[in-house]
Amino acid sequence: MSTNTISAGEGHLANDPHAGPGHHAPVANDGHAHDHPYGLQHQFDDVEQQREAVTIGMWAFLATELMFFGGAIAGYVLYRNTYFHAFNKASGYENLWVGCANTCVLLVSSLTMALAVYAAHKGNKWGIIKYLIFTMILGATFLGVKAYEYHHLYEEHLIPGKNFDKGHAVLHADGTPKLDAAGRPEVHHLFTPGERKPGMIFFSFYFALTGVHALHMVVGLGLLTWIGIRTLRNEFTAGYNNPVEITGLYWHFVDIAWIFLYPLLYLIDRSGSVGH
Amino acid sequence: MSRQSSVGSEDVIRINVLIDCDYKTAHCRLIDDWRTMSTLNIIPTAVEPSENYLNIEHTVKSWLLTKDHKRIAVLYLISITFFFIIGGTMATLIRLELLTPQGDLMTPETYNKVFTMHGVFMIFFFLIPSIPATLGNFLVPLMIGARDLAFPRINLLSWYLYIIGGSLALGAAIWGGLDTGWTFYTPFSSAYSQTNVVVALLGIFVAGFSSILTGLNFLVTIHKMRAPGLTWFKLPLFIWSHYATSVIMLLGTPVVAITLSLVILERTLNLGIFNPEAGGDPVLFQHLFWFYSHPAVYIMILPGMGVVSEIIACFSRKAIFGYSMVAAASLAIAFLGFLVWGHHMFITSQSVFAGLIFSFLSFLVAIPSAVKVFNWTATLWKGSVSLETPMLYAFGFIGLFTIGGLTGLFLASMATDIHLTDTYFIVAHFHYVMVGGMVLAYLAGVHFWWPKITGRMYPEWLGKFAAFAVFIGFNLTFFPQFLLGYLGMPRRYHAYPVEFQVLNVLSTAGASVLAIGFALPLFYLLWSLKYGKIAGPNPYGATGLEWQTSSPPTIFNFDTPPDTSDQPYPYHKREVPLEH
Amino acid sequence: MNQGFTIFLDQASEIAPKIDLLYYFLTGITAFFTILIFGVLFVAAYRFRRRDNKIPAATNTSALLELIWSVIPLGICFVIFFWSAYLYIDIYKAPKDPLDIHVVGKQWMWKLQHPQGNREINELHVPTGRVVQLTISSQDVIHSFFVPAFRIKQDAVPGRYTRTSFTPTKPGVYHLFCNEYCGTWHSSMIGKVVVMEPDKYEAWLAGTMPGEAPAASGQKLFQSLGCITCHGVQGPSMAGLYMSRRKYQSNGLGAEHEVIADDDYLRESILRSTEKVIVGYRPIMPSFREQISEDQVQQLIAYIKSLQHPDQPIKPPGNVIEQSGR
Repeated sequence: MSTNTISAGEGHLANDPHAGPGHHAPVANDGHAHDHPYGLQHQFDDVEQQREAVTIGMWAFLATELMFFGGAIAGYVLYRNTYFHAFNKASGYENLWVGCANTCVLLVSSLTMALAVYAAHKGNKWGIIKYLIFTMILGATFLGVKAYEYHHLYEEHLIPGKNFDKGHAVLHADGTPKLDAAGRPEVHHLFTPGERKPGMIFFSFYFALTGVHALHMVVGLGLLTWIGIRTLRNEFTAGYNNPVEITGLYWHFVDIAWIFLYPLLYLIDRSGSVGH
Repeated sequence: MSRQSSVGSEDVIRINVLIDCDYKTAHCRLIDDWRTMSTLNIIPTAVEPSENYLNIEHTVKSWLLTKDHKRIAVLYLISITFFFIIGGTMATLIRLELLTPQGDLMTPETYNKVFTMHGVFMIFFFLIPSIPATLGNFLVPLMIGARDLAFPRINLLSWYLYIIGGSLALGAAIWGGLDTGWTFYTPFSSAYSQTNVVVALLGIFVAGFSSILTGLNFLVTIHKMRAPGLTWFKLPLFIWSHYATSVIMLLGTPVVAITLSLVILERTLNLGIFNPEAGGDPVLFQHLFWFYSHPAVYIMILPGMGVVSEIIACFSRKAIFGYSMVAAASLAIAFLGFLVWGHHMFITSQSVFAGLIFSFLSFLVAIPSAVKVFNWTATLWKGSVSLETPMLYAFGFIGLFTIGGLTGLFLASMATDIHLTDTYFIVAHFHYVMVGGMVLAYLAGVHFWWPKITGRMYPEWLGKFAAFAVFIGFNLTFFPQFLLGYLGMPRRYHAYPVEFQVLNVLSTAGASVLAIGFALPLFYLLWSLKYGKIAGPNPYGATGLEWQTSSPPTIFNFDTPPDTSDQPYPYHKREVPLEH
Repeated sequence: MNQGFTIFLDQASEIAPKIDLLYYFLTGITAFFTILIFGVLFVAAYRFRRRDNKIPAATNTSALLELIWSVIPLGICFVIFFWSAYLYIDIYKAPKDPLDIHVVGKQWMWKLQHPQGNREINELHVPTGRVVQLTISSQDVIHSFFVPAFRIKQDAVPGRYTRTSFTPTKPGVYHLFCNEYCGTWHSSMIGKVVVMEPDKYEAWLAGTMPGEAPAASGQKLFQSLGCITCHGVQGPSMAGLYMSRRKYQSNGLGAEHEVIADDDYLRESILRSTEKVIVGYRPIMPSFREQISEDQVQQLIAYIKSLQHPDQPIKPPGNVIEQSGR
């Protein structure tokens, strides 16, 4: 047995990895005057263990997010297969270029996020702040464009529910409503009766998927704000900046989720080869 | 150890010696080879440490804002007991109603709410958290020699999410109830039910995140915070089980989260995702639901298997036979468990081809469980077996889980499943594995580690009595249900043809005995907090790092670093076994 | 029906004794291993009970034992799997010349219709010795058609057809249960299956109000809904369509795919007409989703089935394993 003192009466003895049978004498530790590396939480033995644990934790959390989105995407893919043409038609009512612009916005925001993490590794406080702000502006832009898209769909009566595809009145050139043979105002629907319900399923998934994604982005903006505040408070150094890194991981995941959603939702049959 | 100081005329010479006594014969010997002894053979005195995690602070705030995994485990223990009582009350009402063939105790609407609430509370708010959130939270850091879990604040968040989810579900139950069955099949749940579906689903959704975060915490902790020298194959099987459980919690729960979210959206916004009236597919809901809910049943058994491994080893004074096979079996169950969900759907219009595949895989997943049962039984052989209360429960687990698992074969087999599915045969099958298995393991674990958690022993004779009451009551309640199912009594029936009455009456009689068996521990365990014998660090003479610290442990678990050199289960290296 | 307490169930169909044999085999396996495990537990607890403070020898692991108790259960499982698969495929094989009964479940009753048109509510009369095929659907939520004495059960899923078949063998009256929770009166959605000798069955058929045969009702609908306008003298004929192999395009454009024109295809074409348009035709058929009930869809399909091609009589598929659904 080592010359380890069994100090039953002392407050706490940090679980010193150097103590124990077969090891050297422990570092003197009286419970109060710790040589505590900056940012180290009490349950960890050293900063490296903490960094690895927190990083694994974030990756594990992202795995759960993958399964979360994955369930909805699986359902969407199955319906895409069943209602092939209705989905093609419905997807056509999305604005391809607006979605494309949004995708670029998010990709650039991932770049600025990565640059923020790089600045953190360098201990460059104002670099972090600068790139965090860029990321947040781009993220907010994405959400703003999404809001515009949702509004557009609302105006087209493509929100799933009672009023889905209730149609627009057809007007003559002078603005008076056109009447049909029976004297009722003509209404132009976007979907044929047989396509209406599958079309509604498409938009249900569209709103569910992009809505959940948008929620994740809002949470992401909150996280970025929090990291920004902590940076302003000088909480990060070149040696301790893991929170910035794992926030970056989260942000990249949200970006990657969109990279999947965009083609699935916007890019079906854009070449027109299959036809509506 | 002996220590010498230089001797002077006024000096006091203090010599500490270590003696080893056989309690039975009162024969003692001086141990002079203390340098080569491992710490396992030191007999500490049976006093409670003056300062431990329970008494270090008494304020409500220190409990509600604690980051100590041990306190969080106690918080969970209290809350899940509360939900168990609610679920148990529902069960009592069900069995009372089923005493007579007519639906005369309650209206059909009420009965439908009662069995739904029984399922929802027991599964989501009792069984899924049970062992992981109480014993797992308490013991995982201790068993691996760590000060706490990797993320103590997330651990506390887990508990709060659980409480919020439980409150939502309870609110849904009280204000209007829920009548969809715990399986929430569409389109009934998404378009026809008139009850509080959305609030209940929100509650389950939130509780699901509690589960995910617990799994995440355990996964990272086991990977990264093991004491030096504690390699993977030195870990106790309790840790292996919890690791496998954590993987399932992480990967499976999000799928049910998104599925229930879609049902909430469908109900509130009249979407058409699962409603055929709107072009949706009700069977898609079932696929998504069972993709989680089948692995969920493995969340509801693997931790119990971990507990049983620890107890069998301790009370036969032997390492578990085939340690690495048992560890591998836990991982195999977790993996295969994700591939078999379609066996809940053989008659739902799933194709014959898919049915064949799911049936085949379901038979495969039975094999690792069988391997475990054989290994536990082989551990007893040529061991030194004593039948304390935890061991009685562990025996019960092995026997009842065997029956439950084997009756699962009837259901993996498609041809017999056609006849038996959704009858009382299924009800009996899953109660054998979930109650006869997991709940018995939970009780076994609570009794086994009660001295460690509270520092007190419970009255052993009462413990044994309750264990027998549970075993007898359980079999009397659920065995007749196998027969009822074969005879064709469907489940979720509030009234039934008169020829089923005899078996139903037997079942209800058994339930009253079972209720006594479940109620007793509540009383004597609480009693023991004040009047129970003081336990000391290791009343059962078990190996495992948690027994190398005081009972209850101090706030940071180990005052001195634990000895990891001989793990796992070094019973054969003990020179003097300890008894209390 | 059993009125008294029993633990044995009537075997009233051809498959019932076969299922029971597998069931008893499984029971035997369960009993064997349960007794084995409990036995070893008790014997070990007694024989190796703690007598003194001696420490037992270290556990031996045994790769041989692990192999034995993995392989033997695996072998037993294979036996059960193949036996069960054989029976399962037997049940779901499309029967030759069945008696076709249409079943619609709704909250909270069963509606059944015989091919000649006789309708029943919560009761089903069938003759012995002839294979009966049930085509089942639901009008609202998921139900399940369960006759314990036949060992037969099949979910009634709204939005699609499911099918099962059986051959009654023993005259008697047997329980019919709804076996998928469907709401308030789920436990009241029960009825009777009456199995009769063939001559008694014919007598019963003649004695009850035959109602209109589904095919005849379907023919009337074919006219009243205007189908005949396009599918009568002009336009694509329905003759010989049922169970034929056809090429289609979604919405009349793009890649060609093949389909067998079964019940599901006919149903889909009535309710969502443009999904699978036969090659060569334009997608101008309107959808009848809003105008037609489940019963009426089944009647139209019965009518279309009855329209034979002049050259090739329609044969039911022989060995095709037929079960609707994905």
